[in-house]
Amino acid sequence: MDYIIQAIVSFFASVCFGVIFNAPFRKLLYCGVVGMISWLIYFMLTDVYSFDVIHASFASALFVGICAHMLAKRLRVPMMIFNVSGIIPLVPGGTSYNAMRSLMENNFTMGVQHSARVFMIAGAIAMGIVFAEVLIQVTRNMIAKRKKRLGQNPL
Amino acid sequence: MDYNERTEFAIDCFLLAGRIMMESGAETYRVEDTMIRMAHSQGMMSAQSYVTPTGIIFSLGRTQPTRITSIPNRVTNLHRISLVNTISRKLTSSIITLEEAYDELKKIEKKNYMLPNYVQILAAAIASGCFLIMFQGIWQDFVPAMIAGGLGYWVLLLVTDVTKVKFFSEFIASVAVGVVAALAVQLGVGQQIDTIIIGSVMPLVPGVIITIAIRDLMAGHFTSGLARGIEALLTAFAIGSGIALALTIL
Repeated sequence: MDYIIQAIVSFFASVCFGVIFNAPFRKLLYCGVVGMISWLIYFMLTDVYSFDVIHASFASALFVGICAHMLAKRLRVPMMIFNVSGIIPLVPGGTSYNAMRSLMENNFTMGVQHSARVFMIAGAIAMGIVFAEVLIQVTRNMIAKRKKRLGQNPL
Repeated sequence: MDYNERTEFAIDCFLLAGRIMMESGAETYRVEDTMIRMAHSQGMMSAQSYVTPTGIIFSLGRTQPTRITSIPNRVTNLHRISLVNTISRKLTSSIITLEEAYDELKKIEKKNYMLPNYVQILAAAIASGCFLIMFQGIWQDFVPAMIAGGLGYWVLLLVTDVTKVKFFSEFIASVAVGVVAALAVQLGVGQQIDTIIIGSVMPLVPGVIITIAIRDLMAGHFTSGLARGIEALLTAFAIGSGIALALTIL
C-alpha cells in the first residue's frame, strides 16, 4: 500500500515539475513514469535494503540516465527532458533547505554537515547520469564492432 | 548574398541557437556540440565555440570573424531546448536551409512557450503536496503544503514580473511560504511545520541546477560548473534566509 501511494505521488510530482520546467506537453507522461520508477528504486533501496541515501541516489540516477537515453533516441528529443524529470524526486531539496536553515540559525556544525551531504548527493546523481552515458556509449561501440566483424566474414 | 555576408549570417544563426539553449538552461557541453554540428553542416570545419552560462564566444578560425553574445537571464524551459534541438537536427540533415532555420529560431526567441500562470501555480501546489508525502509527511498536512507551495510560486511569478533581481523574488516567495506554513501550524490546520516547509519550497529550490552544475564540472566545463554552482548557492541562500525571517517574525 505504501508503495502504491509513493508511486502515485512521485508520478504527480514529476509531471508537475515537468509543467513548471515547461517540458513538451506530449512527453509529460514519459517524464512522470521515469520519475516514478526512479523514486520507487530509491525508496525501495533506502527503505527495504537500508542503503545509504547517497548510494541509493546513484543507483536511481544510473537508471534514469539509461532510461533517458533510450527514450530520447526513440522520441527524438533532447535527453535532458527525461534526465531532469527523472532526477526531480532525488534532488537534495530538503537537505539543502536544512543546510541553509541551520546556517541561518547560526548552527554552523549542522549547516556544514548538511551542506556536505547536499554536495555528495548531487555528486552521486550527476555521477549516475554520466556513468549511464558512458555505459551506453561503450555497449553501442561494442555492438557496432561485432556487427562489422560479422558483416566482413559471413558464414 | 556574397561570401562574407553569408558567413556573418551563419554565425548569427548559430549564436542565436546557442543563446536560446543556454537561456533555457541546457547543459553546456550540449550547447557547444549543437553549435559545432550546425557549423560543420554548413561546411565551416574549423569552427570553435566557448560557452559559459553568461556568454558565448564563437569563432570560425584564423581570418574568419569571431563573435560573442551575452546571456542575461536563465530560466529552465525544456520545450525551447527541444525545439532548438529539432531545428539543428533538421539543419544538419539538410531538410531545411540556413535561412529557414534562422527564421524559426527568431520565432522561438520571441515566444517563451510557458503554460498559463494558473496552470503553473496549480502544478507547483500539487508538486508541494506530493513532495510532502514523499518526505514522510502526514496526509493532514497535504492541504496546507499545497496552499503554501502554490502561494509561494504565485508570489515568485508576481515579484519576478516587477523586479529582475532573481534573488529578491525567491526571498519574498520563501517568506510567503514560511508565513503560510507557520500560520497553518498555529491555527491547528497543520501538524509538522518542517515537512510542510520542505514540501512547499521544493518548486523554488535549485536542486536541478546543483546537479547540472556538477554534471558540467564532470564534463570538464569548470567555468560553467562554478557559475551555475554559485547561482544555485545564491538561490538556496535566498530561500534559507526567507524562511528564517518568516519563522522569526511569527
